Amino acid sequence: MTRKTVFLIAALPVIGAALLFGQNVDIREWITGKGGKPAIAVTDFRGSGAAQPLMGTFNSTLFSDLDSSSLFEMKPKSNFPLSNPQRPEDLRPEDNKQGLALVDWAGPPVNATHIAFGYSAAVNGVLVLYGYLYDTRPENSQAPQLLYGRYTGSLDAAGATKVAHEFANDIIQKFGGAASLLGSRIYFSSNRSGADEIWAMDWDGNNQKALTNLKSLSIMPGVSPDGSRVAFTSYAKGTPRIMIASTENGRLLPFYNQEASLNTTPNFTPDGKQIYYASSASGLAQIFVAGLDGQGFRRISRREAIAVEPKVNPKNSNVVLFVSGPGPQQIYKMDAEGSNVERITNGEGEASNPSWNPDGQHIAFSWTRGYAKGDWNVFVMDIGSKQYIQLTHSEGRNENPNWAPDGRHLVFTSTRNGRPQLYTMLADGTQVKQLTQTGTNRYPVWGAK
Amino acid sequence: MKTNAWYPVRPSTRASVALAVALTVFAAGCKKKVVVPPPPPPIAAPEAPKVNQPAPSTAAVTDFTVEPSTIERGQTANLRWATTGATEVSINNGIGTVAASGARSVRPDVTTTYTLTATGPGGNATRTATVSVTAPPPPPPPAPVVRSNVGTLESRVASDLQDALFDYDSNNIRDDARAALTVDAASLQKIFADFPNASINLEGHCDERGSAEYNLGLGDRRASAVRDFLVQLGIPAAKIKTISYGKERPQCTEANESCWQKNRRGHFSANQ
Repeated sequence: MTRKTVFLIAALPVIGAALLFGQNVDIREWITGKGGKPAIAVTDFRGSGAAQPLMGTFNSTLFSDLDSSSLFEMKPKSNFPLSNPQRPEDLRPEDNKQGLALVDWAGPPVNATHIAFGYSAAVNGVLVLYGYLYDTRPENSQAPQLLYGRYTGSLDAAGATKVAHEFANDIIQKFGGAASLLGSRIYFSSNRSGADEIWAMDWDGNNQKALTNLKSLSIMPGVSPDGSRVAFTSYAKGTPRIMIASTENGRLLPFYNQEASLNTTPNFTPDGKQIYYASSASGLAQIFVAGLDGQGFRRISRREAIAVEPKVNPKNSNVVLFVSGPGPQQIYKMDAEGSNVERITNGEGEASNPSWNPDGQHIAFSWTRGYAKGDWNVFVMDIGSKQYIQLTHSEGRNENPNWAPDGRHLVFTSTRNGRPQLYTMLADGTQVKQLTQTGTNRYPVWGAK
Repeated sequence: MKTNAWYPVRPSTRASVALAVALTVFAAGCKKKVVVPPPPPPIAAPEAPKVNQPAPSTAAVTDFTVEPSTIERGQTANLRWATTGATEVSINNGIGTVAASGARSVRPDVTTTYTLTATGPGGNATRTATVSVTAPPPPPPPAPVVRSNVGTLESRVASDLQDALFDYDSNNIRDDARAALTVDAASLQKIFADFPNASINLEGHCDERGSAEYNLGLGDRRASAVRDFLVQLGIPAAKIKTISYGKERPQCTEANESCWQKNRRGHFSANQ
């Protein structure tokens, strides 16, 4: 809170302007956690009997999940007391400096606001994990327990990883309700089989597999909100057309393409009931909307410039972003009737690839602002205040950022190591991880599953 | 096919053949046996044949061959024959009466069995010879109509049609593109004259700098602009199919203006 107050005083004129647009939070504050994250002490859990050898895996996974959520200030274990509670019964009200009182964790040198503790046991050949989250601060001592969970998994490393993910997920949801990445999947184009096909992988890059086998050029997928299908652009029938495939088995689903030389950049609406796309049916590529089978299409945009990449706001279906001219390509918004067109980016450089944060307030996008043409970097912008922050800094070309369901992570394409590959990072540009290695991999979208 | 040999033989002829065979067997039997059962002679039986002295009254075919026995349709084969003791010798299938011995060339259209009949006062003799006629192998596919310098559609499109180049983020037909397309229009007229059923793909390409999504729209725009220009010059719109590749299929992959210019193009390809 103190940090935020200082910021408010220093930036009073900016905030004053921002207030005219509503309750806008500074983009840096938003990205770094709105001034003051929970400071969490994650103790090393121990296991009884056969469970103990698995606890190294468990402890590192739990720490990593919480750390990568960017929701917490992770307190260093080197400052922890020698002992820690394993069960609520271990807690003592008085401060004995041994780590069994919450105040031992609230005060120096730990200075944590929260503590995660617990233990595991092998019960009938099953790994059972008991996890607790407590608020350490004296002002909350009347009801310190925030979370208790009992988690079960197989008695091996996979089971330890599973229960760690589940416990971490519950803790994360306790703070801001952000969905976990666990179970989410990333869809993209890869040419590793010889032709560009649509591929899928787990959020962490595991289980990469091809969804399509069209042996053509299949690119630019969009994923339905429930993760059950992808819509993409394919040259399988000669000209670029929209195709839909099940993410379960890759089976193609019908989609009516307008008679046009170009039908492309399909994206599902947040309610999952319609598809926005760009088509040259009226001459110049413009934005259309249609049912999931392509029927009942209707033209939305009426621009005298190319219009592609329609993206409907997840909180307000009457706000549609798209990329258009005239002049250098920029990000625009319009309403669902194609009216009230407003340019979002400021006209500098070229802008593309808008991706809505689940909050409906922020976008990630690609921009060449400050660099030469074609030198793309990933930016995040508050749509209300139009404040923006640059996340990549010309380490190769960085394009197609797409938000994870948790609203904290992004997946994007970068040429920083040569050919285009997929990377994830936090919304503050840290914790960059490379997910793909083989072939050329592009156009990622992050699905709920 | 073997039974076919008998089909041309008339029933009356067949009876005389049976008789001739019976007589021959009977005569052979006489030579070997010392004790001969008395022949039933109510009818004037022929005398037993004597060596080197065939019965002059019985006709015999001593030779009837065809060479070659298998021909392709349109070729000829030679029939050769020799007979003895015949007062008349004939060959069926339109040949008719022939000399007692001789040769003749035939050119049947289908497999044919020729029957030679030697008629003598004491009996007739026949023999057959078959010419197998095979169909010639099928001809090769007809050679393309030879015109000077026609080549294939692909080679003509590749050699005769130049790209139309564009400025960055533009579908404006520049002066150099206008000149190139004017030549292209004349070349297209010739190509369509030589390949009346052909149609041409007109591909729109972009350099690597704009976003891939926007470039699909831009490539489409460029291909349409080139098509519209060609249509003004009399090329039928139905002959041209536009395809935008955006920046997905660059012909040059270096990051410099020379390469980027090569990729900002309207490009022709044969529509398969």
